[in-house]
Amino acid sequence: MSLALMFQYLVSPEYVRGAMMTLLLTICSLFFGILVGLVIALVQEGGTRIGRIATLAYLWLFRGTPVLFQIIFVYNVLPSFGIRLSAFVSAVLALSLNEGAYMAEILRSGLQAVRKGQRVAGLALGMTGAQVMRHVVIPQAARIVLPPIGNQMIGMLKLSALVSVVAVEELLLVSNQIASANFRYFEALTAAGIWYLALTTAFMALQMLLERSLDPRRRQKTRPMSLTERLLGISGEPAVR
Amino acid sequence: MDARTDAARRTPDLLLEVIGINKSFGTVKVLKGCSMSVAPKETVVVIGPSGSGKSTLLRCLNLLEPVDSGDIVFQGQPITGEWKNAHRIRQAIGMVFQNFELFPHLSAVENIMLAPLKVLGMSRADAHDIAVGLLRKVHIPEKIDAFPDELSGGQQQRVAIARALAMKPKLMLYDEPTSALDPEMIREVLDVMAELSAEGMTSVVVTHEMGFARRAADQIVFMERGEVIETASSEQFFGGSVNERARRFLDQILH
Repeated sequence: MSLALMFQYLVSPEYVRGAMMTLLLTICSLFFGILVGLVIALVQEGGTRIGRIATLAYLWLFRGTPVLFQIIFVYNVLPSFGIRLSAFVSAVLALSLNEGAYMAEILRSGLQAVRKGQRVAGLALGMTGAQVMRHVVIPQAARIVLPPIGNQMIGMLKLSALVSVVAVEELLLVSNQIASANFRYFEALTAAGIWYLALTTAFMALQMLLERSLDPRRRQKTRPMSLTERLLGISGEPAVR
Repeated sequence: MDARTDAARRTPDLLLEVIGINKSFGTVKVLKGCSMSVAPKETVVVIGPSGSGKSTLLRCLNLLEPVDSGDIVFQGQPITGEWKNAHRIRQAIGMVFQNFELFPHLSAVENIMLAPLKVLGMSRADAHDIAVGLLRKVHIPEKIDAFPDELSGGQQQRVAIARALAMKPKLMLYDEPTSALDPEMIREVLDVMAELSAEGMTSVVVTHEMGFARRAADQIVFMERGEVIETASSEQFFGGSVNERARRFLDQILH
């Protein structure tokens, strides 16, 4: 056991690159996941019958199969249909599509939680539909969806470790490779664990800042989420799957 | 088109004229050829049994509901087909709801300032001045920074009235403004409304409060099953010179 070696790993270029890859995977997948989720939520709220059936099928498919399966499927099966994607793009695609299914439910619950009367009140003041969305609906919906989205952010960061199976050089794969070269598993994996903790801590801080900026007055009133809940993502929607 | 210009020419001194509007939800006819007119500075109280179409009529007036046929003329302009400009027309028509519908993420003063800021593009300082003045007008200047969930129902409704007034509307619509209130709070809201009417704020009020109708109304419109049954001055109406159905309704509600 060598703390010096562990520290050396921690700041080594391989680890920094691996951590940045993990971060990049997470941010890309979250970004596209929220986009996908938003489209699905809007179709389910106000779309046609066919649209609603299609989105239901999508939710059924992506929430009904393991995300690890989806990653391997996208990476290995799409090329046989002539769609050749890099490991990184495959990983982001699979994670985004999976995330979108969960985000859709969260965003939909947020939009639904804003009563219809609120929109009517905005319209009656002479606002356009877009102004009502911007100044009345979204501020209220955002406050409702932020805690579960925070859970998803942290869940996604940990989920990204799965894409090591398609050889994306992210944090877990890097540390595993280094450890298997010299069997210094403790040092290599502890260094990776510290990186994960640092990243999740940063995400939690970001979430808290966002919550605070959205609602300067009421942050004492809402039930504070405990550190363990934030870390484990056990409050509300399950973030680990 | 001809009918519209006709209507506008016929009654240039009216603020609002409703001419034979029809409205259905699916197969249910909610409004059947309703007509009414509102002169400037007048307070019109719309009464009638539940489900008679009063609220729908009100929501048609500021284009929250599209009418199937008929005309609405506001400030001499036919507005019935003005869907693209609906938001502009609504800027001149304030509305107060049964459930207040204050924006819960904003304080009292911010609720009042929102539309002047975002719709009229007013400066923050000007909007704030207006909001402070209006809170004084509705008798709760001390609640300036309170959030809706910190206010009683009566206070919330008064902030909602102030919010509507902040757009300096030509016409105020009240949709059963006291129906969701505890009895002891009804008075404070009705007092504010009566004061506004006395100052010459043109208003259309849907309510079951006969005391308010007697006190503040210039004109009473009685509706039943989607039809305007009776239009009478307040004196006529409460003096008993009304038709049989209106009298029956009055008997029911006053006993």
